[in-house]
Amino acid sequence: MKRIVLLVLLVVLACKEQVKTEIVPLTQIVDKEEKKAIDAYDISLEIYDYDGLEPLINKVDEKIHVVNFWATWCAPCVKELPYFEEINANYNDRVEVLLVSLDFPRNYDSKLKPFMKKHNLKSKVIAFDDIDQNRWIPAINKNWTGALPATIIYNQNKRQFYEQSFTKEELEIELKSFFK
Amino acid sequence: MKTIRTLAVTVLAITLSAFTFKTVDKGYSIGDIATDFSLENIDGKMVSLADFKDAKGFIVTFTCNTCPYAVAYEDRIEALNKKYAKKGYPVIAIMPNNTEVKPGDNLAAMKARAKAKGFTFPYLMDKGQEIYPQYGATKTPHIYILEKTKKGNVVKYIGAIDDNYKDPEAVKERYVEDAVDALLAGKEIKTTETRAIGCSIKV
Repeated sequence: MKRIVLLVLLVVLACKEQVKTEIVPLTQIVDKEEKKAIDAYDISLEIYDYDGLEPLINKVDEKIHVVNFWATWCAPCVKELPYFEEINANYNDRVEVLLVSLDFPRNYDSKLKPFMKKHNLKSKVIAFDDIDQNRWIPAINKNWTGALPATIIYNQNKRQFYEQSFTKEELEIELKSFFK
Repeated sequence: MKTIRTLAVTVLAITLSAFTFKTVDKGYSIGDIATDFSLENIDGKMVSLADFKDAKGFIVTFTCNTCPYAVAYEDRIEALNKKYAKKGYPVIAIMPNNTEVKPGDNLAAMKARAKAKGFTFPYLMDKGQEIYPQYGATKTPHIYILEKTKKGNVVKYIGAIDDNYKDPEAVKERYVEDAVDALLAGKEIKTTETRAIGCSIKV
């Protein structure tokens, strides 16, 4: 099994050149009614400090959880966001994606919410605001230096932390290593 | 068959380990000797740590124009240089991003920003991006305090400037100031490593 995964990885690495990297609009087919509904009210946003966030990134259930730390000002984050949206859509029954925004609070209304609306994000987005970074960064992962983007993938048996950005294929491979 | 399989596994293992090493490259720890460099300043002159004959050490700051966290700290970086350059610990700022990815960080933009903000410290371009990986910087801003010794420039502190990126008035812990003050007083640094969010260095 492991060998197959490795082979897949090699093949993917070999194909890396062809990976399309441009940002595609996340909005696909939105019927008129849904569009109207989105326009009709302001997007609501839950805001957490670390004590509030902790249970949300340590869920114990049957699902595979993908937690992505990002911000609208972080270009590599924005670039990889569609891949998280895709796995959220494609593996909806077994994977739960949580997009944790580290946008500055003063930009929630001016940048974050318009971004969520424009790209019609389907994964759950929350805002994370906790000034004591020196406490929660090592608490989330002891090796995290604090660079964005960063991602956690976990289930009941396994937990992996990634201080890196992903290509679509890299993310799929990491996610699939949790499929048993 | 068996040989082929062994060979295949070996090749895969090598490929994988090459992959792993790249991401696990950690750079300096506290106590390591930091490398000197010769990097181009915004005034066109080359700058090395060795040029600062009277310095007791350095506040090496990986920063840039385009990261909102780096921008939030610009005035505080300038204040650090004003306060500590005369005491022997000048700020040496290094811009580590690939300017093809981030044109807003190119030399012309660095010059413009330094002029607009009145930077009094050297603002150097990590051309070829060879210096930041040796330090192990991963983001902007990312600070390394070095103490000049006979052995070389010893890494004494790695991390954030203080504990509040949002509001300079609400800062409780001034990590960099505390560390330099301790070095100047010949005392032990209380907090030698801190974490803060920053923008990943663009390769």
